[in-house]
Amino acid sequence: MTSSNDWPLYEVFIRARGGLDHKHVGSIHATDERMALEHARDVYTRRQEGVSIWVVRSSAIVASDPSDAEAFFEPARDKVYRHPTFYDIPDEVKTL
Amino acid sequence: MDTAALAERFQARIDADERIEPKDWMPDAYRRTLIRQMSQHAHSEIVGMLPEGNWITRAPTLKRKAILMAKVQDEGGHGAYLYGATETLGVTRDALIEELLAGAARYSSIFNYPTPTWADIGAIGWLVDGAAIMNQIPLCRCSYGPYARAMVRICKEESFHQRQGYDIMLALARGTDAQRRMAQEALDRWWWPALMMFGPPDADSKHSAQSMRWRIKRFSNDELRRRFIEFTVPQAEYLGLAVPQGEIDWSEFEQVLAGHGPCNRERIAARRRAHESGRWVREAALAWADKQRSKRREAV
Repeated sequence: MTSSNDWPLYEVFIRARGGLDHKHVGSIHATDERMALEHARDVYTRRQEGVSIWVVRSSAIVASDPSDAEAFFEPARDKVYRHPTFYDIPDEVKTL
Repeated sequence: MDTAALAERFQARIDADERIEPKDWMPDAYRRTLIRQMSQHAHSEIVGMLPEGNWITRAPTLKRKAILMAKVQDEGGHGAYLYGATETLGVTRDALIEELLAGAARYSSIFNYPTPTWADIGAIGWLVDGAAIMNQIPLCRCSYGPYARAMVRICKEESFHQRQGYDIMLALARGTDAQRRMAQEALDRWWWPALMMFGPPDADSKHSAQSMRWRIKRFSNDELRRRFIEFTVPQAEYLGLAVPQGEIDWSEFEQVLAGHGPCNRERIAARRRAHESGRWVREAALAWADKQRSKRREAV
């Protein structure tokens, strides 16, 4: 079989319970969006693992490059004043 | 950064127990080892559906039939998780399946044994899935993220497989003389092949040392085998069954791996037949989806 006959790949995200975020659980091959949803249901929720499923074509995901991670996330590193622990509050001051 | 420096940083990350993710730099040999191991694992799940599928239509009760169908469906799901995780390393599922069908890829040698009686289904769940769990729990902490995450899901489901197998053995052990004999014979058939599932003795295991260094593997073959025996012997005693005595016949293991087990040809032939008879369905589904897409484009 040639690769042109491959069914496209979709990434699968599942909301486990109301109130939680959708979380990436893996991928699935399907010919279209509807089949991707149905296959994701069959493969990833056989034991009531979810109440909602998102599928998205894997090729549509834009990801940051791990080899650039240092430079990419650098701007946040020296901004320690964004954390509450940066500030020294006297013990006498309560509920702050 | 040159390759030597990248390799050094990679090993440092492994040593610090960090997880490696698909887009991270990794040595070619690490990638190849994972593709080999993970695809063999995926193939094992798919081929593993065959010996048990043999009994779905002949399960003794409707309850047992529903349970067995759920189990075989799980194995198909495990195959899907694992092919998906392997694809993150830059290979396609189709290429991996082509290798299996061409006889160029391996799968666990255990699935080349036949299931002549219903008791074999009990013994497979109890012993084969039991041995698989022993092998797979450490893989939940393996250094490659997608493999480790797939194994977490698989291990959650395997526990049901082992318990339903023991439940079948319990029913037979509490049954008639003929049923107890059937259970004993199944244990006799599956004991040695189950012990072989942990792979060759440590001294003869050629990939072990490197896989341990890469933290793909965390315990040695002999260590896991010993632990499995420790857990299983009391379970056999509770059933009133006798665990076979003697030594593992490693020449049998070599024979089965080389393609000369009782069912090697039958298993691959069954997979080829399924793949070929499903071809028109896969092609039709793709053609239908293309047609729907072009219809939608025309409508705009």
